[in-house]
Amino acid sequence: MLLMKTRPIWKAHVAGVALGLVLMVTFLATGHGLGASGAPTDLAAAASKAIAPAATTVNGYLGPMVAGGNNPLNSWIVWEVIGMGIGALLAAWWSGRLRLRVEGPPRARTLGRLALALGGGILSGFGARVSAGCTSGLGLSGGAVLATAGFVFLIGFFLTGIIVGMATRRLWQ
Amino acid sequence: MTFPLGWTTPLSGIVFGVLFGFVLQRGGLGNGCRLSAQLRLKDWTVFNVMFTAIIVAAGGLYLMQLFGLVKWSDLFVPTTFVWATLLGGALIGAGMAVGGYCPGTSVVGATAGRIDGIVFFVGLVIGVVMFAGVFGNIEPFLTAAPGPQAQTVGELLHIPDWLVLALLVGGAVLVGWLSRRIATSNQISCAD
Repeated sequence: MLLMKTRPIWKAHVAGVALGLVLMVTFLATGHGLGASGAPTDLAAAASKAIAPAATTVNGYLGPMVAGGNNPLNSWIVWEVIGMGIGALLAAWWSGRLRLRVEGPPRARTLGRLALALGGGILSGFGARVSAGCTSGLGLSGGAVLATAGFVFLIGFFLTGIIVGMATRRLWQ
Repeated sequence: MTFPLGWTTPLSGIVFGVLFGFVLQRGGLGNGCRLSAQLRLKDWTVFNVMFTAIIVAAGGLYLMQLFGLVKWSDLFVPTTFVWATLLGGALIGAGMAVGGYCPGTSVVGATAGRIDGIVFFVGLVIGVVMFAGVFGNIEPFLTAAPGPQAQTVGELLHIPDWLVLALLVGGAVLVGWLSRRIATSNQISCAD
């Protein structure tokens, strides 16, 4: 692998303007914004169908996603998230940050860090189905079209996130 | 020429996804340490990037609408279900405080080589399956207290869109100024 020299990350307002322009162009091209949680949802439906086809078909949520032989993985959001991974990989390589590692609270051991990541992921995956969208699809993309839903979501996200973040801050120090 | 163009092929997903992932990674948003530090009010990158992006995108779309290039009614505007929208946001906020990511940023962290990002993504899939397991029981709650279809903040508050944009700019500038004062006293270092 060709090693690149480490480049500093963009300043927040530079990244913000770039992200805003990408978001605007996405709306102009497709009519909707950028998302993320739809991809793990489609993946869950496909995996569930492969492992337990009968239970998946009768499930009120996953059933309609696989009805009529529909392949949930063939959706715009899955392609978009694949693109996201490629773009982030390119950016990490180009800025000299591509390396295998485990991040998380410095005090926790590796297994503890991964358990926290798994637990956080479960909360987040469940939550994104409750609100039918995540920080990207509802917060960012909803905000870009000034949707009430986007800002209601962001209020719940930041308020609860800060309360839980402050309550668990010793863990991360 | 009027927008949106209706370009929704798989290639469009990959193109805009690549741009999205590239910008998030270069902005430092694939870093679980930095993301969770926002929720301990020690690093304001998440807030500043998000609100700058919302203002730029909303401002650009608003100007294009003024010139008749785009119609708001052709854009996807999500509908509020007060309790579900709030609770979903709360769970995703708690998930980021504990696990360091949200769904999109876990992908960005994972492809930069962060194993915790991969594990977070696996957690997302498990969370969806658990949701599907209880869906029949919580369905009435999910659609309770619906707002008007595709309502904007301007429609909610009965104020023009330019005023909503101005309030967002004012709020972002104020929080940006306050955060610089807080951040200088208790900054943390996250190795990007």
